Amino acid sequence: MVLWQYIVRRLVLATGVLLVISVMSFVIIQLPPGDYLSTLISSLRMRGATLDQDAIKSLEQEYGLDKPMPMQYLWWMWQMGHGNFGQSFEWRRPVIDLIMERLPLTIAISVASLLFVYMIAIPIGVFSAVKQYSIGDYLATVFGFIGMATPNFLLALILMWFMFSFFGVSVGGLFSQQYLNEPWSWGKFADLLKHLPVPVIVVGMSGTAGLIRVMRGGMLDELRRQYVATARAKGVSESRLLLKYPLRVALNPIISTIGWQLPAIVSGETITSIVLGLPTTGPLLYRSLQSQDMYLAGGIVMFLSALTVIGTLLSDILLAVLDPRIRFEGK
Amino acid sequence: MSELASPMIGGRRKLTQAEKFYAASQWQLIRWKFFRHKLAMVGMVILVILYLGAIFAPFISPYANLYKSEVVYSPPQGFNIIRDGKLVAPYVYGSKMEVDPDTYIRTYKPDPSKIYKLLFFTHGWEYNLFGFIPTDLHLFSVEKGGHLFLLGSDDLGHDLFSRVLQASQISLSIGLVGVFLSFVLGCILGGLSGYYGGTLDTIIQRVIEFLISLPTLPVWMALSAAVPQEWDQIRVYIIITVILSLQGWCGLARVVRGKLLELREEDYVVAAQVAGTSDWNIITQHLLPGFASYLIVSITLSIPGMILGETALSFIGLGLRPPTVSWGVLLQQAQNVRTITINPWLLTPALIVIITVLAFNFVGDGLRDAADPYVI
Repeated sequence: MVLWQYIVRRLVLATGVLLVISVMSFVIIQLPPGDYLSTLISSLRMRGATLDQDAIKSLEQEYGLDKPMPMQYLWWMWQMGHGNFGQSFEWRRPVIDLIMERLPLTIAISVASLLFVYMIAIPIGVFSAVKQYSIGDYLATVFGFIGMATPNFLLALILMWFMFSFFGVSVGGLFSQQYLNEPWSWGKFADLLKHLPVPVIVVGMSGTAGLIRVMRGGMLDELRRQYVATARAKGVSESRLLLKYPLRVALNPIISTIGWQLPAIVSGETITSIVLGLPTTGPLLYRSLQSQDMYLAGGIVMFLSALTVIGTLLSDILLAVLDPRIRFEGK
Repeated sequence: MSELASPMIGGRRKLTQAEKFYAASQWQLIRWKFFRHKLAMVGMVILVILYLGAIFAPFISPYANLYKSEVVYSPPQGFNIIRDGKLVAPYVYGSKMEVDPDTYIRTYKPDPSKIYKLLFFTHGWEYNLFGFIPTDLHLFSVEKGGHLFLLGSDDLGHDLFSRVLQASQISLSIGLVGVFLSFVLGCILGGLSGYYGGTLDTIIQRVIEFLISLPTLPVWMALSAAVPQEWDQIRVYIIITVILSLQGWCGLARVVRGKLLELREEDYVVAAQVAGTSDWNIITQHLLPGFASYLIVSITLSIPGMILGETALSFIGLGLRPPTVSWGVLLQQAQNVRTITINPWLLTPALIVIITVLAFNFVGDGLRDAADPYVI
């Protein structure tokens, strides 16, 4: 298969997946009992505001609630195409504005975590394999097992408790108090960088632990091969020998699972943010689900899923460019 | 020669160690290899203890639902067996509560002037053992007036030890039920996909690709938030399990499909087809045994994911809800940093979750090594 054929095939597939995601998000919006409008009206009534019949009619038309279900879906899609994701009645603001405020931080944490996972896991995995059964290897193995068994939110919880009770530091949030409501500046950016390590470590931990084990296994398999012995016999230096051949082979399974890492990282980011109280989409989704602010909830699920799919698509295309064998795999 | 000289029993020679190895069936080899795997055995022992604890939870737990304001946030206690330098029957001290006048934080101090004996096999609150044997027998309790909280107590004065045991019934079973659901779905859909191929295969593969590209947790959260508040505990339990297994079957279906694609080209399958064996019989009689070991490994390794999923959902309050207790529900109390700084024992359910997942991973790893015919 030629590269562009592969890319087109992947693009078509991703479009299909995005369509299914939109249907799923629409279903999520419709899931709670009662439609959006009745929830909105009752919430307005609770605040003491009254709505006359005309206002209700116009809202009904705006959300297409007077049409049958499939038409409502198409209407919703049409509106989204025009950048209208509906209103959040809890925040009384357009859904898209709320999401756009928080999405960059979600992406920042996810991407940083992904980089963290690879930067930590690959060297440790290689070290663990080269120095098999050394103290370092055992430490890495123990860390790998425990890291895999500890879900992010428990790690966040334990870290919060540990830092607070032993160092009196409260971990959480992404900005210091003085930058909280400030516009972006260099100072705020530096402040963000200072707060980033904790969430990134928490989100990346289980992925790192899993990858260390995969990397170690792959390296061990390769190090036993005869070409390694041959190269060594020919006098290739140990570091060059390691980096040039076995590492590249052992990296393959790691690279081809990037697509699985991303959904896990987005999931981890969501719950970690809820526990640590980070200003990302996670807590927003949580709040919106609790208050049944469904256009907001559906919008966030839609955005997170779509981003994951697009991220996976990009990494797949990048891989196909780098490794021609991937293009020929499958049918 | 010693092999030939070994004694004959009932007309059959006793096999030597080496002969046993060569004569062993695949399952025997797997079993032997598994029992040699040390970590897997450790994991296995932990799991057996945990599941026995869940099965006998009401018998082992000393308190049903103690609700006493005077024992709120009591720290973990131990019991003593030595008094005045002599070995005596186990006993506990009474405790004295003090409330800090400034912070209102309660502290409990052991009160050596009061001594309560530990009683074994006593009668207490009534329950149904295994769900159908009515009894009121309990492993231990403390003489009237005293109490023993092995893991401390929570904000309502519940004994955490009893609560953790009670919760393990839910948390440990949800993984099994969920995996059973994924197993059935994965086998059927993966089987259809791999055996028939064609359009059906393409459709099922697209569905799998779609499901595994989703960020699980946000979707789980959205789905479980839609569970009506008025539903009873059992329905919530079932629906949460279904939500958790929505994605779980994908991995299994892929394993089944891959193996079937590989095996259906084998000569013995063609032979069975020529002989007129039905598709169902070929799949269940001839193909499934060929990769059953892979299935078992895949199942074991997917149980922890389910347990963690339930814990995460319940922890943020979107999964199971009180009065159902699961480890995640218990951890809801530990959300606040200040609460856990003052009462760190509230984090014990977290420790138990980690130990459980660790044990499942060890056993899964051991099974994987044991099922791999190329590793001796």
